[in-house]
Amino acid sequence: MALITAKDLCIGYDSDALIKNLNFSINSGDYLCIIGENGSGKSTLMKTLLGLRSPLSGEIIKGEGLKDNEIGYLPQQTQIQKDFPAAVREIVLSGCQGRAGLRPFYTKEEKQLAETNMERLGITHLRNRCYRELSGGQQQRVLLARALCATRKILLLDEPVSGLDPKVTQEMYDLIASLNKDGITIVMISHDIAQAVHYASHILHIGERIFYCSTNDYLMSAPGRLFVTPGKGGFKEWQKH
Amino acid sequence: MAETLITYLEYPFVRNALIVGVLISLCSSLLGVTLVLKRFSFIGDGLSHVAFGGIAIAAVMNVTNEMLIVLPVTVISAILLLRTGQNTKIKGDAAIAMISVGALAFGYLLMNIFSSSSNVSGDVCTTLFGSTSILTLSSWEVALCIVLSILVVLIFVLFYNKIFAVTFDEDFAIAAGTDANRYNLLVAVIVAVIIVLAMNLVGSLLISALVIFPALSAMRLYDNFKSVTICSAILSVICSLLGMIISILGGTPVGSTIVAVDVAAFIICYVAGRFLKGAKK
Ligand SMILES: Nc1ncnc2c1ncn2[C@@H]1O[C@H](COP(=O)(O)OP(=O)(O)OP(=O)(O)O)[C@@H](O)[C@H]1O
Ligand SMILES: [Mg+2]
Repeated sequence: MALITAKDLCIGYDSDALIKNLNFSINSGDYLCIIGENGSGKSTLMKTLLGLRSPLSGEIIKGEGLKDNEIGYLPQQTQIQKDFPAAVREIVLSGCQGRAGLRPFYTKEEKQLAETNMERLGITHLRNRCYRELSGGQQQRVLLARALCATRKILLLDEPVSGLDPKVTQEMYDLIASLNKDGITIVMISHDIAQAVHYASHILHIGERIFYCSTNDYLMSAPGRLFVTPGKGGFKEWQKH
Repeated sequence: MAETLITYLEYPFVRNALIVGVLISLCSSLLGVTLVLKRFSFIGDGLSHVAFGGIAIAAVMNVTNEMLIVLPVTVISAILLLRTGQNTKIKGDAAIAMISVGALAFGYLLMNIFSSSSNVSGDVCTTLFGSTSILTLSSWEVALCIVLSILVVLIFVLFYNKIFAVTFDEDFAIAAGTDANRYNLLVAVIVAVIIVLAMNLVGSLLISALVIFPALSAMRLYDNFKSVTICSAILSVICSLLGMIISILGGTPVGSTIVAVDVAAFIICYVAGRFLKGAKK
């Protein structure tokens, strides 16, 4: 039984299907990269997997005793109001909300976890700053630290490195890889194919053709070769066939 | 002046009014931050008009204990309003405006057609602006106010972290396994209770002021959620006390005096906030 299985999944908005008949499963320990063009429905797919949207048809089956409060999520964009008064430490700590369950207050361990994750992302010095006064990249790191607090089995990341500088980007990839080594399942949306191919164990390619396979198979396949070897046309050409 | 105040304080109904006023203003300020941030500033307004409609129905049906009708009607409307605010085509603002104006018109109509009292506009004015109701509370109502207020504060403290998580980023909260709908519902019910309580203090037209102003004032001064919440609670209590004392001494209407003090506090906080920000840079 896989951690998450998508069965004949159709997703979209108002009965306009963006993706039809999607079948794949995410096993414990996998590192899945979702790639595809802008507007192809990657973020929508992730929201559907998380239960934020309901699928048009088909189903999502959670297995291996995966509970809702063991999932970490980094949204691509958050519509957080401009004037929300929230300090960085309050936001990171709110990532522990799922594990707290019905318990009203956070434990020492949870507060420590928040501190650790702030340190991991190098935002400890910002802990008392107001979220709305941070730069875009700093905000991204705060939300990542929050996602790490919520993660116990699986972490879903929607373009985690967008807006990060090259040094932090590399640190991010290393951090995600080390989490994966520790047994956390990773699902990541990315436009950085080179990195995706380097780190991921599986690739889900969304577009006019949908492609789900292990990274090695992907590299051998037509779209993979076209993507990785720089050439004219590339992926577009393959889709026309 | 101090002597006059002390003489007044010897009357039990004045003491009751002060106690109830402090508790109500404490409760109403707690959820102010959440409502302002969720763009539900006017929910207070909408619900208070619904409560007004409820009072009209109670009056027509000759129910002596208005609360028994007003409380459930308002709670149900609050739940419906928060529901529509989330996922329908009618935007939260519009839904609130519709319900609020509709209930107001309906309530006034009912009172006019069926009222047995000779002074309908006087009754309506009292309900809208709460001119004296805080001073005429029965001991039963005082007890109910105290119990409900303590309950509201207790629930808020116990669910503070969850309310923060759901207010800040509902999607993340849901994804991480928090039942956001449950907490939205909780917020809606608490807001409804607060509004029914606060009608006694400031009347139904001025409730939103009681809910919003302390939160907005506190947001000028602080930029984290906890400080804003605590500061708005303190501000709200101080302003209400001040307002009630002024109105007792000066004979001004209670509700509008309290709101006037709240407005003054907002202006002071606004200026102070500017000043502090300037000093930091
Ligand atoms: N709330 C919405 N209502 C209706 N349509 C939407 C909504 N959000 C997105 N869409 C549409 O769904 C399609 C897929 O959007 P989605 O955000 O999933 O794309 P994406 O693959 O994540 O793109 P990107 O690489 O830019 O992040 C787009 O064509 C978009 O216009
Ligand atoms: Mg996207």
